[in-house]
Amino acid sequence: MLGLPRWVGIVASVGALFIVLPLVAMITRVNWPEFGALVTSESSVAALGLSLRTSVVSTALCVVLGVPLALLLARTQFAGQKVLRALVLLPLVLPPVVGGIALLYTFGRRGLLGSTLEVLGIQIAFSTTAVVIAQTFVALPFLVLSLEGALRTVGTRYEAVAATLGAKPTTVLLRVTLPLVLPALISGAMLSFARALGEFGATLTFAGSLQGVTRTLPLEIYLQRETDPDAAVALSLVLVLVAVVVVGLSRGVSERRGSERGGSERSLSERRLSERDQPARGMPL
Amino acid sequence: MGSARRSRLGLGNPRGVARVAVAAALVAAGVSVALSGCAGGSRVSGSITVFAAASLTSTFTELATEFEAANPDTSVVLNFAGSSDLVTQITEGAPADVFASADTRNMAKLGDAGLLSGDAVNFASNTLTIAVPPGNPAGIKDFADLAAPGLKTVVCAPQLPCGAATVAIETATGVTLKPVSEESSVTDVLGKVSSGEADAGLVYVTDVEAAGESVTGISFDEAGAAVNTYPIAAVDGAGNGAGNGSGNGELAAAFIDFVTGPVGQRVLADAGFGAP
Repeated sequence: MLGLPRWVGIVASVGALFIVLPLVAMITRVNWPEFGALVTSESSVAALGLSLRTSVVSTALCVVLGVPLALLLARTQFAGQKVLRALVLLPLVLPPVVGGIALLYTFGRRGLLGSTLEVLGIQIAFSTTAVVIAQTFVALPFLVLSLEGALRTVGTRYEAVAATLGAKPTTVLLRVTLPLVLPALISGAMLSFARALGEFGATLTFAGSLQGVTRTLPLEIYLQRETDPDAAVALSLVLVLVAVVVVGLSRGVSERRGSERGGSERSLSERRLSERDQPARGMPL
Repeated sequence: MGSARRSRLGLGNPRGVARVAVAAALVAAGVSVALSGCAGGSRVSGSITVFAAASLTSTFTELATEFEAANPDTSVVLNFAGSSDLVTQITEGAPADVFASADTRNMAKLGDAGLLSGDAVNFASNTLTIAVPPGNPAGIKDFADLAAPGLKTVVCAPQLPCGAATVAIETATGVTLKPVSEESSVTDVLGKVSSGEADAGLVYVTDVEAAGESVTGISFDEAGAAVNTYPIAAVDGAGNGAGNGSGNGELAAAFIDFVTGPVGQRVLADAGFGAP
């Protein structure tokens, strides 16, 4: 325990048990003989498929929207930046049902944008698009948070060097900045994926619930609980397993990032060299 | 006790409806006399916990207040949720003395688990109605209109009591709905309608009553094909070894009598509930 007081270990064990015990308790309630049939029923497969598809799309949206946001927050300074950061992170602490109500008043038929979209022939209410919007809304802060932290940690030294050597801002971003924070970007994207997969409240409030269209796995679990608790427990276990895999992968990526720190220094100096070559080659002179 | 007498009278006179009504009125008068007697003498005391279906939130809140006023030494703690949630909670040992369900199926689940003391008594009924946003923009007139192509209709999922009732009406009318969403609670159906997301939804008469101005109700004749009956019963915690509730069986019985008695029936009727 390397100098830590013994009581820290004891309290930590209680904390770990607090997380692990409910999962163990749930596993003890799984109806194993029926497990296969329960998780492969038509509605379960439809829900799992929909959840995976929408979560992949939401994660892609999180990367597209989240990377520029994180860059803006970590690399620039402007009036109202602190307010913007707080607002972007808001979905982390908001009850998802509140997010759902907010989305309803934005993209709903009578919402801020919904009526305009309706005129354009785009209907979001009760569609899979609504599910993706809800998931992206709650998952985006995870990506922004982890990426912004990584951007601040790696600092701007290499970017400054690349810039003085003549690299254009887009080149610096794509060849220096993003490769440096790639592990954080991947683990952030995985966390976003996990959050999107577990999204429930905003989807229920905003998107509705119809098999194959809007009823994701958490909604299916919530519904099955009404009549078939065994199915609900079996599906919960499936969701836990997927979450464990995702979180495990994400941890793996960030640990590799830690152990590769020395290595990345080397590869950076190589990269710096190539950055110097490139603009030189492109010079009109 | 009054309710027991009344139901015996009801059973004993299946033919003479008018006579039963007169008898019920007489007994009702008797019950209120008995209750005012309670108020003076404080026959019951202590605290009980009542688990009631979410659709009973406003009525049971009012009833608990009136019960406590009539019986000064008592306190009624209320817990509202979906009926099946409440059954799960009670089965897992949550402290309940009385359970009021939105359907007989969930009450039967508790009975099968051996968690009821005595029989369940039906105290109210509820039927479905069409809820539309104010002004009825889609111009819906009857149940068959809900199947119109392009119309956004929202219903309860068949797993829920309100969804089972919807299926029963579809079967009875031969009209098959193509809902855009099968919600997990009647509140969610109402929310989709009041926000204008859906053109119409199927909810209980009492939900429309409680929603006030935010939705308009359109009653339809076929609603009678699916009547939801609300039973109430005392919970016996000895059944699962966890010891549900306070063990105050006398107070639990008094509260059930109050709900099935004239005050309870008046409050329920005001909220739009039908007779059991």
